[in-house]
Amino acid sequence: MTLPYILIFTAVALFLGLVTRNRWRVYFLMGVSALAVFIMQPILPIRGLDFWLATATLALTVLSWIITAPPGVQRERSNLIAFGILLGIVVFVDLSRYLGIEEFIMATLPPRIGTLLVFLAVLVVVFWGAVFVKRVSPAFLLILSTVLLIGIFIVLKVPAFAMAVSGAIRSMLGRPVGRDYAADFRWLGFSYIAFRLLHTIRDRQTGRLPAVSLAEYVTYVIFFPSLTAGPIDRVERFIQDLRKPFVLGAEELTVAGKRLVIGLFKKFVLADSLALIALNGVNAFQIRTPGWMWVILYAYAFQIYLDFGGYTDIAIGMGHLMGIKLPENFIAPYLKPNLTQFWNNWHMTLTQWFRAYFFNPVTRSLRSAKRRLPIPAIILVTQLGTMLLIGLWHGVTWNFIMWGLWHGVGLFLQNRWSEFIRPRLAGLENRKWLNSSLTVLSTIFTFQYVALGWVWFALPDLTSSVYVFLKLFGFA
Amino acid sequence: MSPSSGPSHFINPYRVLAKGLVLFIIINLAVAIVIPPYGRLSAYNILFLGRERFPYAGEAPEKVYNLTVTNLDAMFSSHVISLPKSRDEYRVVLLGDSSIWGASLRPEDTLAGQLNTANLVTCQNRKIRVYNLGYPRNSITKDVLILNRAMQEQPDLFIWMTTLGSLTPDRRLDHPIVLSNLSSVDELSREYNLSFATSEVSLVNFSFWDRTIVGNRRALMDWVRLQLYGVLWAATGIDQVYRTITAVNPLPELKADISFLDWQPPRFDPNLLSLDVLEAGMKVAGSTPVILVNEPILIITGQKNSNVRYDMSYPRWVYDQYRQVMDEESGKNNWQYVDLWDLVPSTEFWGDTDLHLTPAGEARFAERLIPYIQSASCP
Repeated sequence: MTLPYILIFTAVALFLGLVTRNRWRVYFLMGVSALAVFIMQPILPIRGLDFWLATATLALTVLSWIITAPPGVQRERSNLIAFGILLGIVVFVDLSRYLGIEEFIMATLPPRIGTLLVFLAVLVVVFWGAVFVKRVSPAFLLILSTVLLIGIFIVLKVPAFAMAVSGAIRSMLGRPVGRDYAADFRWLGFSYIAFRLLHTIRDRQTGRLPAVSLAEYVTYVIFFPSLTAGPIDRVERFIQDLRKPFVLGAEELTVAGKRLVIGLFKKFVLADSLALIALNGVNAFQIRTPGWMWVILYAYAFQIYLDFGGYTDIAIGMGHLMGIKLPENFIAPYLKPNLTQFWNNWHMTLTQWFRAYFFNPVTRSLRSAKRRLPIPAIILVTQLGTMLLIGLWHGVTWNFIMWGLWHGVGLFLQNRWSEFIRPRLAGLENRKWLNSSLTVLSTIFTFQYVALGWVWFALPDLTSSVYVFLKLFGFA
Repeated sequence: MSPSSGPSHFINPYRVLAKGLVLFIIINLAVAIVIPPYGRLSAYNILFLGRERFPYAGEAPEKVYNLTVTNLDAMFSSHVISLPKSRDEYRVVLLGDSSIWGASLRPEDTLAGQLNTANLVTCQNRKIRVYNLGYPRNSITKDVLILNRAMQEQPDLFIWMTTLGSLTPDRRLDHPIVLSNLSSVDELSREYNLSFATSEVSLVNFSFWDRTIVGNRRALMDWVRLQLYGVLWAATGIDQVYRTITAVNPLPELKADISFLDWQPPRFDPNLLSLDVLEAGMKVAGSTPVILVNEPILIITGQKNSNVRYDMSYPRWVYDQYRQVMDEESGKNNWQYVDLWDLVPSTEFWGDTDLHLTPAGEARFAERLIPYIQSASCP
């Protein structure tokens, strides 16, 4: 989100917080969030794709709701109203091309109304199809939707697949092929949207998903403050805030203002300044001494934290203005004395997602398997697997794989070391000075390990990463 | 990180807003009234090495870890010349345009770099350290402003490279540094009785609003970025895109045009040259010796129009008369003047434009200046 967008959406959030009341609040939040999907979707090289991706976000969300909602609720009045509002927004955005106001909503001209109507007709058939299959085999539909979402996710994250799809669309539209590239598919917030949808689908499979209306569901999935950079809330927590009567008072305003100011300062003053000197693929080969290499690596470590943390503060601040208390995503992660605690405080909502839907189920499964692996092996497999997936969530490249493995190995080693050292330090609890010193040393060591891990994350390829490691330790 | 809540932590947001607004207004007014010399604050030469030449980015700043700033204090405080002068140092300051600043050249290949590589010492065994205070685009007024500010850095000798293009009337005010430092220009003009046709250029008048933090935010942000880029300058030694400089080839085709500005051949009025500004600069230098150098130009020979033009910039009649005027003026004012206009005649020493020398050309230039420096340092 750019600064003008943040300021505009903050004003909108303040307005919504002040004027929306009772049952209409959720419709307003949903409507503004749906409009924000179109407004914030970046311009793409393929003409019109920005409109279609934004529309697809809404369509996928509605489809996921149809799949996960209890049977028979689709025709409830509140859900029909929500559906009507969403449809109205899509048509309004499309009609903006005829009203001459399209530049206030989207960066490019939306498609002709005829094309949209055809698409909407197809969509209605898909929705009916989903309702039909759900009646016949709901379990199959849940699996199918999971596969579909993961499939889209993989296509977006694997540059070769994204390019292939881009080429296919280009040739379909009669556009010059060969100029296709992965960035053709910058689908706004899809990484977060997909994980929210997967969370609801999985919880529906396990019977833990509460009943939510279409408006609540859509608002949860595309809530505009957390659309582009999280946090990934849980639907059962989100709807509690949404259903609570809310009046924007001085206290909420104070909390929101504080978070917004802190977030803006972190992102646009500190992070953007550090970005000028942070490690990247170009300066990695220009730095002359190991000392300076450490400096720009640390600059990167703080830049990424302040950037991401700043956006989270802004999202939380905006949420407070509308009575939604989004979860924390970063709690002083660089001040943690071990890697496990670091990951409990870094991008927490993503880590919790993977813990809930990968780490815990896999651990349970391995522990209850007939041929049980030894505990250290189970820990190694689950830690490596979780961190590898977190790495791949950022992008399917060797560097993200290495970053995931780096942390997976780190977590495993830290786990083993803790097991080894804990009984040996058992008698030293009363020696405060020693304990404090150990905590300080552990914190420095953990930060150092995390900072070195950023070498994989910050650079585009393994060659440059290896070069930077060699340079950092004086071998290049 | 977690938001505080509960009555014990309650703060009235409207009161906070009001207080913040009042503080914001007070600070802005205070800054506009006092005008703190923020340009003098610098991380250069303290946290990391100062620059070898003034900050200037002809290309994307993020690629060259450099950016154009026109605040003289900020320019000087980011330069190595701001380091304290040691007792055994003999400080030589080079003034001039992009050919002295060193477009496309690494710092060590510039004229200052080549002179420093020679490890010169004075006859009292003081180390001669040459500082590059050149700045792109020629303007004699810009040179005088830099010279004036350089006096605070205890120079022992100025070598002031000029050319006809620096002295033409259109360059008296038309330079970003001049336009951004009009108060200094005003001081100079009052002290040395200079007159500037201020109506001919769009002057940047700083209003009260411009002097507030909000009004001056762009310059303040540039100052911040200058400090940050200093880290990567120190870490990489890069301050511009260093291209492989080859000899100018093919030579530009000289046109038969003998016009120069709106001056008519065969002679121009010498009063059109900014000699008054040059003279003011000499007075500003005071007792610090100044060697005035007419810098080399590329003399293109063997072409159809070589008989009427020396290069793309100068017709022969105007340049010849300019040299004559400079010679006479120097003699009249007792200035030490060195005319090196034809020092580098061969095209192989000229870089990708007909304005800038190759490293070999700079070496040749440096070689020629060394005797003058030694002579000035051993009176």
